[in-house]
This record gives sequence, structure tokens and C-alpha cells, in this order.
Amino acid sequence: MTKLLLIGIKDLKLMFRDRAALILILLAPFLLTLGMGLVTGRFSGNSGSGISDIPIVIVNLDNDSLGDALVNVFNSDDLAELVEPTLSEDSEAARRLVDEDEVAAAIIIPKGFTQSVIPQNGNNAANEEVKIEFYSNPSRPTSAGIIKAILDGFMARLDEMQLSGMTSISQLIVSGRLSPQDANQAGEEMGARLQQAGNLSEATAIKLNTSTSEGEAVEFDLLSYFAPGMALMFLMYTVSYGGRSILAEKAEGTLPRLLISPTNSLQVLGGKVFGIFLTGAAQMLILIGASSLLFRLQWGDPLGVLLLVLAAVFGATGWGLLITALARTPAQIGSVGAAVMLIFAMLGGSFVSLDNLPAYVQTIGKITPNAWAMDGFTTLALGGTLSALSTPLLALLTMGILLFLVSALLFGKKNLVQK
Amino acid sequence: MPNILEAQNLVKNYDSFTAVKGISFDIKEGEIFSLLGPNGAGKTTTISMLSTLYTPTSGDATIGGHSITKEPMAVKGVIGVVPQEIALYEDLTAKENLVFWGQMYGLSGKSLNSRVDEVLEQIGLTDKAKNRVKTYSGGMKRRVNIGVGLLHKPRLLFMDEPTVGIDPQSRRAILDTVKDLNKQGMTVLYTTHYMEEAAELSNRVGIIDHGELIALGTQDELTKQVGETETLILHIGENEDPDALAKAVSAVEGVQKADVTDNEVSVITADAKDILAAVVTKANERGIKIRSMDIREPNLEAVFLHLTGRALRD
Repeated sequence: MTKLLLIGIKDLKLMFRDRAALILILLAPFLLTLGMGLVTGRFSGNSGSGISDIPIVIVNLDNDSLGDALVNVFNSDDLAELVEPTLSEDSEAARRLVDEDEVAAAIIIPKGFTQSVIPQNGNNAANEEVKIEFYSNPSRPTSAGIIKAILDGFMARLDEMQLSGMTSISQLIVSGRLSPQDANQAGEEMGARLQQAGNLSEATAIKLNTSTSEGEAVEFDLLSYFAPGMALMFLMYTVSYGGRSILAEKAEGTLPRLLISPTNSLQVLGGKVFGIFLTGAAQMLILIGASSLLFRLQWGDPLGVLLLVLAAVFGATGWGLLITALARTPAQIGSVGAAVMLIFAMLGGSFVSLDNLPAYVQTIGKITPNAWAMDGFTTLALGGTLSALSTPLLALLTMGILLFLVSALLFGKKNLVQK
Repeated sequence: MPNILEAQNLVKNYDSFTAVKGISFDIKEGEIFSLLGPNGAGKTTTISMLSTLYTPTSGDATIGGHSITKEPMAVKGVIGVVPQEIALYEDLTAKENLVFWGQMYGLSGKSLNSRVDEVLEQIGLTDKAKNRVKTYSGGMKRRVNIGVGLLHKPRLLFMDEPTVGIDPQSRRAILDTVKDLNKQGMTVLYTTHYMEEAAELSNRVGIIDHGELIALGTQDELTKQVGETETLILHIGENEDPDALAKAVSAVEGVQKADVTDNEVSVITADAKDILAAVVTKANERGIKIRSMDIREPNLEAVFLHLTGRALRD
């Protein structure tokens, strides 16, 4: 294990001494991100997201105060440029619009929603759970993610109001100022007053800002899309460069020399793989750190970012190994690696949001670590937490494991000793 | 002295090509043993099998009592290897290279640091230890390449053509280092295609050609195979016909053998002075102009020529 680590650390050191490689793995993605920011006006005060007029359909079966409030949220001036809502009275028709890729999501507010939150006229319907249905379009993950974040913000405010109302009534009962028989009436009045006081309308001021579970404001920044996009594109360069070093060491004689030392071949290959992983992780974390400091970019939940980086590098390392296992010379890895880097960047949404690409491209894009990692980074930038990352994390880990197994089989047939 | 290495019928096939054809030899503890042969003779393949890098197609060898096929990890602890190519990380300094390779041989802590300092002293690079290897001359790189092989104080050191492509001064330094290491008790297996190096360094020499060990013994034992002969080397111009000269010279009385190498004809005879006049006459009769002549005492070159009909540099 120690030798495996030593080989990995040695490779990391060598990578950071190669000026040409440093330009490509750190400077190039950083400059491209900077360029994107300049082109889109990110640095001149125009912090538009670049995503606009997201088509959604809202079915308001509630036709009561909260249902109307939610409709008003999406029709508010603050969201006028971002969201393009249409109203429908048919849930099935709304779902069909999503299935047909006409809209990014359907929000179906069920009958009795307001009643379930604020019981009125002695009705105890609050005990029955009535949920808003969010029917999202999987081929527009970013747009759907934004709509979901707005909806979550609205629901979070509702929960806060409901909880604080219940707590107040409980305290009144405990202190003897309110009899249990009068609690229902008091709840109704409190709910009505809360609506009248405009607390809900505050909830509508979500704009593109949503609230994280900690209540911290998170702004969806265009660079939150381009920065991970560029970092992930050049991550593919890093992993192919790392794979190239395996064949380069073979050609330069250091790989045979390692195999002659009291180090077994698994330790040597494991060390090389660890070196690729370590370098990729270092690259991503440096880029994230630099963009956070210099561009004041909010990447989201730090633990989520860290886990997503590790998973993305793991998946990308799998691809780097597969390319290495299939190539015969370091030069082949260089050219194939560069091609894969660009193709994966396009398919994985590093340049253009996958939402804007045809469905079949989005499906093909799922083979790239870029697509899954972009999905995860967008979720985090929109205020998503670790729990929202389960799908991309699982996909990236599965991708890495599968590619490692295939590469191991191919390496088994490959002669890493003789030239 | 006991044998530190015993090789028995080592064979290495690559598809239909046989690089090593059943080589057997022993190396005694404390000696310098040279494998002498031209490029492509099978020297590096033999060392690669002995150092456990390649698995023999058949045959086996024991090193320090351990089988190279059954106990490769134990063998790796006994041997040190200086490969023919410079197998170093050029973007690391000499010291960083030595530290890394020392760690690969299980050294750590103070023992690693003191051993690295000793080796740097031994290869004469203490002052430049913190320079990256890529800034070194070819000779300096060769010295670091050797230093890596010495870090763990191996009992048996394999040196595969360590003087290829370097200047005479660095070559001299490397040969002196080999002798010093041997004086300190290290056994050395040295491969070369330079007859002079094998002659200067070795207690015993194995001559290898086309994957076969064609002669083995001390220099005296080997030169006696040639007999009490001398070699007369005839240097002719590029436009002359060496084959015609060799054919003509073969007819001279007292000539045992005449072979062609480039623009030279090597003539083996009991006493070169006795045939000089006749050889010149034959050349004149054929209209071939001899530019110069050398007379060589019996040596390893002559042995190789005697055994193969070719010069070592062929």
C-alpha cells in the first residue's frame, strides 16, 4: 500500500513540474471560464443565468389561497424572464406536455391543498396529506432543477409558517391561555392573518434566488455552469495524460525498472491509477478553489462538492484507463485523449446546456462523466444538498467501477514490460 | 567461492523467434562476469530473465539460492539492476530519484537518507544532487542510473551495457566504479559489446551470439581456443573489393582464415610477419590498394572472430 501511495505521489509531483501540462490542466480551463464570464457579461454586472423562458405548465386544482399564491409566484415579475408558465386544468394533458418535451416540468396543485395546510371551518383535513405533484422532464435536468428549487423555496416557507403556527397554538394551550376546544378556530384565524399579512407573498420573492435548507441565499450564476464545464472538460485531458504516462514510463524504461524492484505489478499499476486519480482531484479542487476566490463563485454545499469531485474524477479515471488499455503508444493516447476530451465536453454539456440538445444526444451524453457531474454541480449551485446528489454520484461510481473492470481485463492481455 | 547465480538452459521465445537458446552458466560470489556479444546477441534478454522481468520460456536460474521463476520477489531483494537505457524521472532531481527508488527497495527514514548521501558521494554528484536530471549530461545521467542500482547494496549487480553512448571520460569513471564495487565485495554481471571492457573488468567471460553461449572461461582459457595465432587486419579503401582480397589472401601459405568486415579483411595466421610480403603481393596482383595494416595479439575479439567468422561490431 505504501508503495502504491509513493508511486501516486511521485506522479502528482511530476505532473506539477510539467509546465505544458499545467497550462492545459489549470490555466486553460481557468482562462476559458474567465472568457465565458466576459463574453456573457458576468463580470460587468449582468448576472443573468443565460437560461430563460423555461416553459412549465401549472394545473391549479386547489383554486384556493395557497394554490393561487403558488401560481402567482411563477407569474411574478421577478420570474418573468426566467419562467414561461401556462395554466391548464387537465393533469393528464400537463404530464403529456412534459412527456412530449414541450415543457420542462408540470406542477399539479391538488384539490384541497390549502385546506391541508390551513384547515378552515372546523374541517380537520390538515391531517390528510395532500401533496403538490412535480412532474419533471428528465431531458431538461437544469431547467427542471431550477423550477424545483423555486417550488422547494415556496414549500419551505409554507412549512415554516405551518410549524410556527402549530407551535404558537401549542404554547397557548400549555400556558392555559387557549382551551383545546378553541385551538382549531385559533389556527384558522392565524392562517388567515398570515395570508393577509403578506407572509406568503414574501415567499414569492424567490426570483432566481432560492433558499437552501439552511436558509442561505444561493444565486444561480452562469459561471456555476461554465466553470465546472471547463474543469470537467480538462479533467478528461488530465486522465488521458495520466494514462499516457503509463505507456511513456514503459517506453522510457522506468516501468520495467519499477517491476524489477521488489514491487509487484498490482502495486505498480495501482500506484499509476492512484496518481491519475490524485492529479485529477487536485486539478478540480484547485480550479474550484481559484474560481471561488477570484470569481466569488458559489459552488454549493462543500461536502457535496468534494464528494462529487471525487466521484467525477473516479469516473473520468476509468475512461483514462480504458483509453490507455486500448492504445499502443503514448502518442495514440495523446490524440485519442484530445478527441475524447472534446467529444465528451460536447456530449456532456460542458459548452451548451444539455437541455438545449436533442433527446438522443442527451441519452448518449450519459456515458460521459461530464454529463453526470454537470448535473450534480448544477444541483449544488441551485442549493441542492448531498441527498440530491445520489443519482449522479451513483452513476459516476458505477461508471468508474465498470471501466476499471474492463480496463483490468484489457491490461491483463497487454504486455506492459516488453516494447 | 560458492555460486551466487546458476542458470540452467534458459530459453526465451517471442512467437517464432528464439532470442535465447538454452543458456547455462554460473557466477561465483565476488567475481565480475561479463557477457560479451554483438548487438542482438541476447544479452539484454538474458539479464531481463535473470532479473525476473521476463519469464523464461523454459529453463530456470537460481540467484542467492532462490529460483527466478518460483521466488521472484526473493530474487529481487538479492539483485540490483542497471538497465541499458537511462531509466530515471528527468523532471525529478538526482536526489529525488534516488529517494524514490530507495523507497521502492524498502528503504526509509534515516537509513534511506544516509544511503542516498553515500551513493551521491560514490557517483560524484553530491554538489549537483538538487538539479533536475534533465539538466545533466549523458555521462552524469549514466552515473545516476548506476546509483539507483546500488542503493540497497545488492549482493549481485546486473549492469547492462552501462557505457553505451557516453564520452571516454565518463566511460573511464564507470569502469573504475565497477572495479571499486567489486573490491568492496559486490558480484557483478556485466554485459557489453566492447571487447576492451570485458577484457579489463572480467574474471570470466561468456561469449554470446545469436542467443547461444558459444564460449565461457577466463580470458586465458578463451584465447587459447584460438591457439598461438595472430590477427592481421588489412584496411582497404571504400571502392575496393574486400571479398576478392580475402579470397586471394586465403591462398597464401600460412593463412588459416580470412574474413571480411566492412572495408577490412581479418587474416588469422601463426605469425603475421611471415605472410606480410605475400599478402601485399596478392593484393597488388588483384589491383587492390591496402591503406594500412594492424597486427593483433590473440584477444577476445580474435576469439569471437575465430568462433563466428565475424567481428564483434558486426
